[in-house]
Amino acid sequence: MSVTNADVLHVAQLARLAIDDTRLPGLVAELNGILQHIDALQQAVIPADLAARAVAGMPLRNDDTPSVPLQRAREAFAPATRDGFFLVPRLATHGDAGASASSSDAEGDA
Amino acid sequence: MSVESLKAHSVQTAWSQYDAVDAGPTGLNAFLSVDRDGSLAAAKVIGTNGDLSGVPVAIKDNLATLTLPTTCGSRLLEGYVSPYEATAVRKLREAGAIVIGKTNMDEFAMGSSTENSAYGPTRNPVDRSRVPGGSSGGSAAAVAAGVVRLALGSETGGSVRQPAAFCGIVGVKPTYGRVSRFGLVAYASSLDHVGVFAQNVFDAALGTELIAGHDPYDATCSALPVPALRQSATVADHAQPLAGLVVGRPIEYFTEALDPRIRAHCDTSLERLRALGAEVRDVSLPHTSLAIPVYYVLAPAEASSNLARYDGVRYGQRRSADGLREMYERTRTSGFGAEVTRRILLGTYVLSAGYYDAYYRRAQTVRELITQDFERVFADGVHVLFTPTAPTPAFRIGEVSDPYDMYLSDIYTVTANLAGIPAMSQPIGLVDGLPVGGQFMAARFDEATMFKAAAALEYAIAQEGGA
Amino acid sequence: MTTTSQATGAAIDWELVIGLEVHCQLKTRSKIFCGCATSFGEAPNTNTCPVCLGLPGALPVLNAHAVELATRASLALGCAVHNTSIFARKNYFYPDLPKGYQISQFDQPIATGGTIVVDDTATPPRAIRVHRVHMEEDAGKSVHDRFRDATAIDLNRAGTPLIEIVSEPEIHSAADALSYLRRLKQILEYTEVSDANMEEGSLRVDVNISIRPRGQAALGTKTEVKNLNSFSSAERAVEVEFARQRAILEGGGRVEQQTLLYDEKRNQVRSARSKEGSHDYRYFPEPDLPPLVLTDEFVQRQQAALPELPAAKRDRFVTQYGLGAADIEQLIANRMLADRFEAVAASSGDARRAANWMLGPVLAAVNASGGSLLEHAVDPVRLGALIKLEAQGDVSNTAARQIFTMMEREPSEPLTIATRDGLLKVSDDSALVAWIDEVFAESPTEAARFMAGERKLQGVLVGMVMKKSKGSADPKKVNQLLAARAE
Repeated sequence: MSVTNADVLHVAQLARLAIDDTRLPGLVAELNGILQHIDALQQAVIPADLAARAVAGMPLRNDDTPSVPLQRAREAFAPATRDGFFLVPRLATHGDAGASASSSDAEGDA
Repeated sequence: MSVESLKAHSVQTAWSQYDAVDAGPTGLNAFLSVDRDGSLAAAKVIGTNGDLSGVPVAIKDNLATLTLPTTCGSRLLEGYVSPYEATAVRKLREAGAIVIGKTNMDEFAMGSSTENSAYGPTRNPVDRSRVPGGSSGGSAAAVAAGVVRLALGSETGGSVRQPAAFCGIVGVKPTYGRVSRFGLVAYASSLDHVGVFAQNVFDAALGTELIAGHDPYDATCSALPVPALRQSATVADHAQPLAGLVVGRPIEYFTEALDPRIRAHCDTSLERLRALGAEVRDVSLPHTSLAIPVYYVLAPAEASSNLARYDGVRYGQRRSADGLREMYERTRTSGFGAEVTRRILLGTYVLSAGYYDAYYRRAQTVRELITQDFERVFADGVHVLFTPTAPTPAFRIGEVSDPYDMYLSDIYTVTANLAGIPAMSQPIGLVDGLPVGGQFMAARFDEATMFKAAAALEYAIAQEGGA
Repeated sequence: MTTTSQATGAAIDWELVIGLEVHCQLKTRSKIFCGCATSFGEAPNTNTCPVCLGLPGALPVLNAHAVELATRASLALGCAVHNTSIFARKNYFYPDLPKGYQISQFDQPIATGGTIVVDDTATPPRAIRVHRVHMEEDAGKSVHDRFRDATAIDLNRAGTPLIEIVSEPEIHSAADALSYLRRLKQILEYTEVSDANMEEGSLRVDVNISIRPRGQAALGTKTEVKNLNSFSSAERAVEVEFARQRAILEGGGRVEQQTLLYDEKRNQVRSARSKEGSHDYRYFPEPDLPPLVLTDEFVQRQQAALPELPAAKRDRFVTQYGLGAADIEQLIANRMLADRFEAVAASSGDARRAANWMLGPVLAAVNASGGSLLEHAVDPVRLGALIKLEAQGDVSNTAARQIFTMMEREPSEPLTIATRDGLLKVSDDSALVAWIDEVFAESPTEAARFMAGERKLQGVLVGMVMKKSKGSADPKKVNQLLAARAE
């Protein structure tokens, strides 16, 4: 399998990376070089009786276990804060939206 | 070797050695940040009760520390000081260790040479024109140059063992789940491990023992008790210390890709293991050649998700923009270097609609086959495996430019990450003055046997005048 | 719902197809993957830690109580709870999603295949199948109206434990959708899994809607309507979207698969899609969390811990108390009321009177005070004693209500109050005759007309006697005495 310019631009868009035109051909070539090696996986013989690994399951936390405390105020590491909020550029699509929303209420992608 | 000899190396000594090797145009550039005043002050008040009381240590810059920044070698996290501490770092400090600095690394641990750091490459103390290996190159160089005798690194595909081999020191990757990952900045969560660098097997075992153990803040961390690994690493019977031990020699690790001079050193080591009482037998791990392809599906896939949090919203360097999307893209595009960008794109691609089964699911299946290869060998009575650590000695800075050629540097180490088994590298000889590493691997949670074999080999080599 | 197609002129009988996705906040003290409190109304970002801020190096650890509650809800819905379920990452960028992915369950959810019986509508009862229940973490809040120049992010809610309950697309009317939601809410409240309050956001509803000509097997293209703030807005949104899709299809158009936001004020839906980019969530198993393994013993323990569910309670109330359907429906509306009713029924020995008291004076008093039924001053034992007095004929209903009001203010027993305030029914002839004499003396005109044969005045006179006795006179006896006097 190999990728095209369009594939790489699509994936870059999903990953919120901007790929400029001068970098694109090189990236496509590099990724195709890697994918060519990865294609060896398709040749692997998978035994029909490959059993799923028995799992022990995960350890759980008690509801009253405390959080690891923050030793430094949020303002000390956040790029932009006001009145305790983290600030981001105003979301254009929410120009006339209600008071608050979230990715779980709205479309979940920005 | 003892706890006392490790304690003999003081914070004062560390700083004089640091001043001698790290700075300047031909300096090692092993450290990204240091805490000279704090560490000297701490050394004055530290007691003597802990196993590491007053011992200076260096920490890879992807482990969260409270006073020094945690940049992961990335522009994106320039100046970021974590508001909490990694469990492994806390355990070292609780044993009395004093953190003197954070070490250089390939950005977000993606690389095998430490050339992918946003803050310039680290040089190999053995030959400063060469790389120290990576991604934990800074920690390896700091230990090899004698600035510290104990340092923490991290592994996803060999990032402790390969630089240990390149720098001529001991590097350990414990079993997945033996050491908490809490506070280790994630690259590929199912493959990431905290590892230890030291100048000898005993110190490495001690360091591993001290950072190991259950952590309620990591759901993948095992609750199994930690054995006294420092005792496993102490050679008691000097005649036949490995009597009854079966050492496997996986034939797939001794192919034509291997530098013949490295092969020769491995053969010598295997002879020594026999002389120490071990039985050496050839074994087969038939899926070995698929390890790198599996790794370069799974690691980038997990990385593409793990690195999504670097969006400039809550921490890190933000590039301003009018719109949110532009802010994201400018922050991430300018913040990530070339290799990180490449792996995020690759990982996003293999997870994207229509490709998941062909890549991610397939790779998980083959990973299971690789794991079963090891389980079969260990079930057949083999206690440890012995292999070369890397196919070549340290290469020159700038020498390897093709990404996939660089990936092949991890060809002998990545399997242990995929299987989650413990593995370590130790010096077994020199090629043109450059160190060569030999690797032991053992069954899951059997670090004790691994250290026992490594300590015996180290002892035998020392008896003959060193590696 | 029958209209005429413009294309063919034939009438098309459209069938509405609704699937409901309900997000329900689990009633835990701490978040699903960290120890931060789930409490509401704190200053922004104060209930946050390395884990829910998505700081570099932080790792999730699953809350055991969230698993218990999810299991309990699943069992109450009749779902099969799976021994192994898997958490997955749903990858997308949004500023209130701290890690750039949401930890959710994808192809191996905790439970599948339950039912909710819709039985409080005009149509006959029917079972709506529940497709699945899965666990996930909530996102934070993006606040758009706080600052003019920026969107404000508050991550206090990020990491709140949720279950998502997904129905099969087999609901065919807004009324049934509403009933499904009422029944679901009731079950979640009964099992104490959630506060299940839409106004507070602990219950959130997304509606998937499509339409097709009745009789057609294939489903039409669906849209998803979000931003529903109440059951009634869900009902209106279904009607609005049904009309919109019908208009599109009858105009020869095609329904576009998309997410819509319901605008309560304008009673219309609008597209929620940001134009940029397509969706590809790139789900994969969460490597930081091994599979969730639940033993049969654990599931059985949760099953055993389930309270009596509304449907079972309804059936039992019919046979045990013989009450009318409407009363039972009201009494089992919530578990606290039903429990309180049963306590009062037991202490009074009179279920019918207990029901009347609970649904009448007690609820009115609780509503008026704004307090909780559980903390209401007239506890079941004292209320039972009062009802007994009334049932035995010791006090009139009017007097009992007066006593009840007194009991809200003082801890005395009802008999004590009745005796002290002279509210016991007086059936002693001499006392009654004395009151009648007084009334005759005070209202001579009415008395004379009554004695002259105007018998319809008897009621007025009884009222006067009752008033004079402050309700304590036995009206039956007063009637007898008056009738005797007029003869």
